Amino acid sequence: MADLRVNLCGVPLKNPVIGASGTFGYGREYNEFFPVSRLGGVSCKGTTLEERLGNPPPRIAETPAGMLNSVGLQNPGVKRFISEAIPFLKKQGTAIIANVAGSSVDDYRRIVEILSDTDVDMIEVNISCPNVKEGGVQFGATCAGAEEVTKAVRAVSKKPLMIKLTPNVTDIAEIAAAVEAAGADCVSLINTLLGMRIDIRTRRPILRNNTGGLSGPAVLPVAVRMVWQVANRVKIPVVGMGGIAKWQDAVEMLLAGASAVQIGAANFTDPFTPVKVLEGLERYLDDNGIEKVGDLVGKVQPW
Amino acid sequence: MKYLQEICPILSKRQVTELAFDITVSAPQMAALAKTGQFAQITCDGFFLRRPISICDFDKEKGTLRFVFEVRGEGTEWMSTVKEGETLDIIGPLGRGFEIVSGEGQAVFVGGGIGTPPLLSGASMYGKNATAILGFRTAKAVILTEDFAAAGAKVMLSTDDGTAGHCGLVCDLLLERLENGPCDVIYACGPKPMLKAVAAIAAERDIPCKVSLEERMACGVGACVGCAVKTRTPKGEERYAQVCKNGPVFDAKEVVW
Repeated sequence: MADLRVNLCGVPLKNPVIGASGTFGYGREYNEFFPVSRLGGVSCKGTTLEERLGNPPPRIAETPAGMLNSVGLQNPGVKRFISEAIPFLKKQGTAIIANVAGSSVDDYRRIVEILSDTDVDMIEVNISCPNVKEGGVQFGATCAGAEEVTKAVRAVSKKPLMIKLTPNVTDIAEIAAAVEAAGADCVSLINTLLGMRIDIRTRRPILRNNTGGLSGPAVLPVAVRMVWQVANRVKIPVVGMGGIAKWQDAVEMLLAGASAVQIGAANFTDPFTPVKVLEGLERYLDDNGIEKVGDLVGKVQPW
Repeated sequence: MKYLQEICPILSKRQVTELAFDITVSAPQMAALAKTGQFAQITCDGFFLRRPISICDFDKEKGTLRFVFEVRGEGTEWMSTVKEGETLDIIGPLGRGFEIVSGEGQAVFVGGGIGTPPLLSGASMYGKNATAILGFRTAKAVILTEDFAAAGAKVMLSTDDGTAGHCGLVCDLLLERLENGPCDVIYACGPKPMLKAVAAIAAERDIPCKVSLEERMACGVGACVGCAVKTRTPKGEERYAQVCKNGPVFDAKEVVW
């Protein structure tokens, strides 16, 4: 049996499969399908200092091989995240990854400071939400913005920091290098690609927000390419996500340079996707005589 | 709440109108848990998201679920092509249903078009104490009236064009029904303008009213916060609730129309 354990910047994960933020709640719902303790970790729904109501509906539109969402960071705020989500996840026995967002650099600093004194294992800093006017992608779209947020949270964090990057930029590797230099422990990518669909009958966008974030198998090749580019540029670990729907996709992502993967939108098609990815990955390692999953990371042989 | 996924053999399939289909599947585990007004998420071949379809009826002894759905888009169009003996990949039973405990008292069920199916199992619980007020575009779109009658309910029918039953809106019939007898509770499902009007009639008369809502949905279990509906908390604050987890059935007074 291959060794699936991963050490992600000091956080031991029992395997490299993580439920992706925004698709997995706080693990509670999917725990009704399978024990979430099977997973290496759960990246929780994006949390802000205060409650956020989110965007008006419709927030969901299907696309070829994927979907758009414009949820807009609806969440009950950090206080309730600490009192309700953390105790539940702590009991399950999987790595708890908090995911945080803010409207200002100071928001990011304060929420990371608060979460530093909790039982979360790692903090994922979302500087890439495409669906809110403030607090998302305006920080993540430039090196200067990404660096500023990273420095601010680095100064106060007692937890490992994972910066979640947006694909809606010209050169994602440049942004990754900037957050590495500013003290990030690892990066995760990709957040969703900005997209739009129109109802041809009403001539209205399907999403009330007009635009939203594209995820699902449609984005997999973009994500693999970006993970590969980033992994070649930085020394810190890369967590790959974007369109992973089966174990073969996860293997691709590891070969491209990801140390761990997150499973997002595919949970909606099949709630057992993370378990199936895990089992398939284990078989693949065994069949190919690979002793530990880490031996796959970055082993693509480019032409 | 326990969520299940079953690969369900299709036991029967019938086209009931130009656009509506009636499918019964074998789903023993889900049928055992199903409550009136809940829904299921059905995989459509070639489509990324499951389609949320209300459970029309269930038989716990036979272990079956019945779905009556209308072709609305490409996913439901695919669903209309499945055949007896094939299978459907279904997640369920999902959401908070009508929560009917005893079936005592006089209940009025108001259904508009494809909003009619989720009311059937609830009407069966009330039997002769149920009035089913069902509205459709036209005579050719009428579904389930015989099923409601067989369940014991008094059926009042309306169509927009007058080709069957009352010519006009279900609300005309609802007002008529409320004039003529007592009503302890109203259950409704249908287009939002209809639900809003039914809710207003119920509120004026102080009759408890439960409405089943729909919204574009992704996960179906409460994890993605995609299917939002604006509701008012007891404190009067406005919030987005999730149709899939907090609903699909809401107290009409909670909903911000």
